Amino acid sequence: MNSAYTVPAVALVVVATVLVGAFGLRVSRTTSDFYVASRTVGPRLNAAAISGEYLSAASFLGIAGLVLVQGPDMLWYPVGYTAGYLVLLLFVAAPLRRSGAYTLPDFAEARLASQGVRRLAGAFVVGVGWLYLLPQLQGAGLTLAVLTGAPDALGGVVVAAVVVATVAAGGMRSITFVQAFQYWLKLTALLVPALFLVLAWQGDGAPRHAFDEPAAFREQRTVRVDGTLDLRLERPLTVTVSGTVDGRTHHDRQTTLAVGTHHLERGTRLTFAPGTAVPEAARGGTGGMSTSLTAGREERPLYATYGLIVATFLGTMGLPHVVVRFYTSPHGVAARRTTVAVLGLIGGFYLLPPLYGALGRLYAPELTITGNADAAVLLLPDRMIGGLGGDLLGALVAGGAFAAFLSTASGLTMAVAGVLTQDVLPSRGPLPARGVRHFRLGTVLAMAVPLAASVLVGGLPVADAVGLAFAVSASSFCPLLVLGIWWRRLTPPGAAAGMLTGGGAALVAVAVTMAGVPGSGPLHALLAWPALWSVPLGFLTMVLVSLATPGRVPAGTAAVLARFHLPEQLRAEVQA
Amino acid sequence: MSGFLAGLCVAVLPLLAAGFWLGRRTARTPHLGGLGTPVEHATFQTLHTASLAAPPLRAGMTEETARRSARRLRSLLGTDALCLTDDTQVLAWDGVGAHHRGEIMDRLTGPLDTGRGEAFRLTCEIPDCPVRWAVVAPLTVDDRVHGALVACAPRESAVLVRAAAEVARFVSVQLELAELDRSRTRLIEAEIKALRAQISPHFIFNSLAVIASFVRTDPERARELLLEFADFTRYSFRRHGDFTTLADELHAIEHYLALVRARFGDRLAVTLQIAPEVLPVTLPFLCLQPLVENAVKHGLEGKTGTCRIRITAQDAGAEALVVIEDDGAGMDPELLRRILAGEDSPSGGIGLSNVDDRLRQVYGDDHGLVIETAPGAGMKIIVRLPKYQPGVHSSGRLGQLAD
Repeated sequence: MNSAYTVPAVALVVVATVLVGAFGLRVSRTTSDFYVASRTVGPRLNAAAISGEYLSAASFLGIAGLVLVQGPDMLWYPVGYTAGYLVLLLFVAAPLRRSGAYTLPDFAEARLASQGVRRLAGAFVVGVGWLYLLPQLQGAGLTLAVLTGAPDALGGVVVAAVVVATVAAGGMRSITFVQAFQYWLKLTALLVPALFLVLAWQGDGAPRHAFDEPAAFREQRTVRVDGTLDLRLERPLTVTVSGTVDGRTHHDRQTTLAVGTHHLERGTRLTFAPGTAVPEAARGGTGGMSTSLTAGREERPLYATYGLIVATFLGTMGLPHVVVRFYTSPHGVAARRTTVAVLGLIGGFYLLPPLYGALGRLYAPELTITGNADAAVLLLPDRMIGGLGGDLLGALVAGGAFAAFLSTASGLTMAVAGVLTQDVLPSRGPLPARGVRHFRLGTVLAMAVPLAASVLVGGLPVADAVGLAFAVSASSFCPLLVLGIWWRRLTPPGAAAGMLTGGGAALVAVAVTMAGVPGSGPLHALLAWPALWSVPLGFLTMVLVSLATPGRVPAGTAAVLARFHLPEQLRAEVQA
Repeated sequence: MSGFLAGLCVAVLPLLAAGFWLGRRTARTPHLGGLGTPVEHATFQTLHTASLAAPPLRAGMTEETARRSARRLRSLLGTDALCLTDDTQVLAWDGVGAHHRGEIMDRLTGPLDTGRGEAFRLTCEIPDCPVRWAVVAPLTVDDRVHGALVACAPRESAVLVRAAAEVARFVSVQLELAELDRSRTRLIEAEIKALRAQISPHFIFNSLAVIASFVRTDPERARELLLEFADFTRYSFRRHGDFTTLADELHAIEHYLALVRARFGDRLAVTLQIAPEVLPVTLPFLCLQPLVENAVKHGLEGKTGTCRIRITAQDAGAEALVVIEDDGAGMDPELLRRILAGEDSPSGGIGLSNVDDRLRQVYGDDHGLVIETAPGAGMKIIVRLPKYQPGVHSSGRLGQLAD
């Protein structure tokens, strides 16, 4: 990759983001502009903003990487990410807007009139936000490492610094415009190179490749092993090796590796001849970004797929940065229209990453060994087109990737910092200074924890880490929102118990998976894809505990639910 | 290994957060061990239990508050069972023998009528039921019986009768305080109703005079102004709901400024800078228009040149930040402080202190007006509006206006 183009592109994205954020306000100087300046955000602009904030590194890089490594099964990821909005549209969007709540803790308080449940919801918002920030920072680190060869953690630190600086300094004042801008930037950054890539593929004779046969090298390709690696061979492999394999040092010698598992030391180079099938990396090798959860998935594909579907379908509604955006809609009907537009925008975007994944399997198959599959989107323009054109397209993609990290990370940071400021940090001290100082402290705290964790945890595939955040959100907030909006017998103890049991179970499962405790087997599958059992658990606990505490139904429940469900216009007429 | 550590971190952090929260809650219980003699220790314990029982009752007697305080009151009296009733039903029963609810309610009619305490034997078929005697102590607020505290014990005891009467008096005082709180709230509500939506009569006269001056020379303009006037007064005189949205309030300000501009022409330059995210924010009805009116008045006062007014509304996380600035005559900060404290009320000041009172009433004391000013240096008014506040819902018609 040529960093002469990519570094300025990334810098340009950062600068543009900050500028649009700081100066994107509508200004009017005459009365005739007054109406324009005070016009509410339309559904289409808001939808672009929601999409911009939602399409994270997992979408931009992760899906292509997963499709590259594991084939079309992984299309469930984009389907799930999109379908989450369908559930949101049907059950939550309009009532949530009418509740007047700005954050999920606000919703808990509005519905259940309980400070305890509010605090608990706040704790889960922080938990989900941190889980979701983690892969963003990791993705940024990977991107910068691939683009410039910088150390892995640097990209995460850069994104963290930019986000904390702009958010804490009160930048991002016109956040809707920033996020809408980021959506169109991300779409352009994938769409334009994709057109060129498809043309290049056509010019190459439109080679086809079935996904169920192993990927093969189309030309001579040298692969360098960055960490140590275990190769599992099912048939003998003839390859030129320079480095250490199974403890024996080779110098540019053609060798044939026998069937079985071979251990490659760090820094070993393998040169494959054209037509060689790509060998499979065994689980356990370090640096396997997109491989860590594959064992569980391969053993129980059906269970893993359903776990993924449940988590992504039901988890979207509980993402803190998504909920906050709905407040911008002027009323419930607009919130619903916005969600429909979001479905269109996101659906359109998600057509592109699988394309990169499929092309990556043809043109960059060695990524399945080195484990940098998440980098496929970044590498393809250079690999397939090359020259100046490839460099420029590569720079465009890199800029888009950074837009993905920045937008999602800043949205999440603001949401988490808001909760930390309001509900966690002690509310003592001199009044006027408190708000700003606390918010800055909250911002730093919101970013410091996932940054530290991203340095510690290392290789969890971006899309999988996001999947885990979705699982926690689906098990805690989905029951709270759905039952809170549609079931009048929900009680504060029930809501608290349900969130603690469902969300807590998912959180523990996630932590255990990240720690890598059960290496394989049915327990690993259960813990790596917790949503399938933790979501029903959350719902069941919430319902049973609520039924067991009938005396604790909040007094104003009927009025609150009427406000959630009555259209605003009707309400105004009733009162007038 | 590092993966394991990090996983551990992820698992431990929520626990830490929960622990922190619990710690903050339990830290309020003072640890009295080792302080004073056993008698003093017992006194501290009793006072502490009593202080824990008081807060729920301050919200008045409901099933919820009675349930929470009954537990504390029972440990204060040290009986097997304690129940709190209002004048028709048992609100909370703490301890054993809840099957006596009905019987106790039947026997209560006498004490509730006379307002005097009573002790009586309970009939029970269960042989080892520890609840044999009930001591009734009425709860009175303003000489009216509101309910009763019933303490149940295995045998008759003069000490319990005396203790129950004292505890009942303590509870009665809390309920009286609750009643006081309620009447204070009602008073403030009445005050708000009286204060809200005051558009100054001067403004109406001046507007009509301006419109009249255009009727012959520019009838079209006069018609437009009349419509603006109608829109503005319709908004200010509306009677439903105490809250509106920032978008609606800005529309009212727009109509207001159109009328003022007709009077002062080019002497008034208004700049508006609004972040569209904050337009759906709910705020007390007519709480920004008086601030703009104030800015217009101060900006034009004692000045022949142009008055510049700047209105900005920014998104600040969970709050919206509204700033209204003028470059007019300004004000002595000390005088302003007195006006806001209600010690002084010159003409025009009533608008500011009214808005300040209402904001503090709705959002709490740290959301009052923040004003930066000095004589000759203009005035900058900062309003912080939380995006969400329990109980604050607009009944505005933002939807129709936006379409």
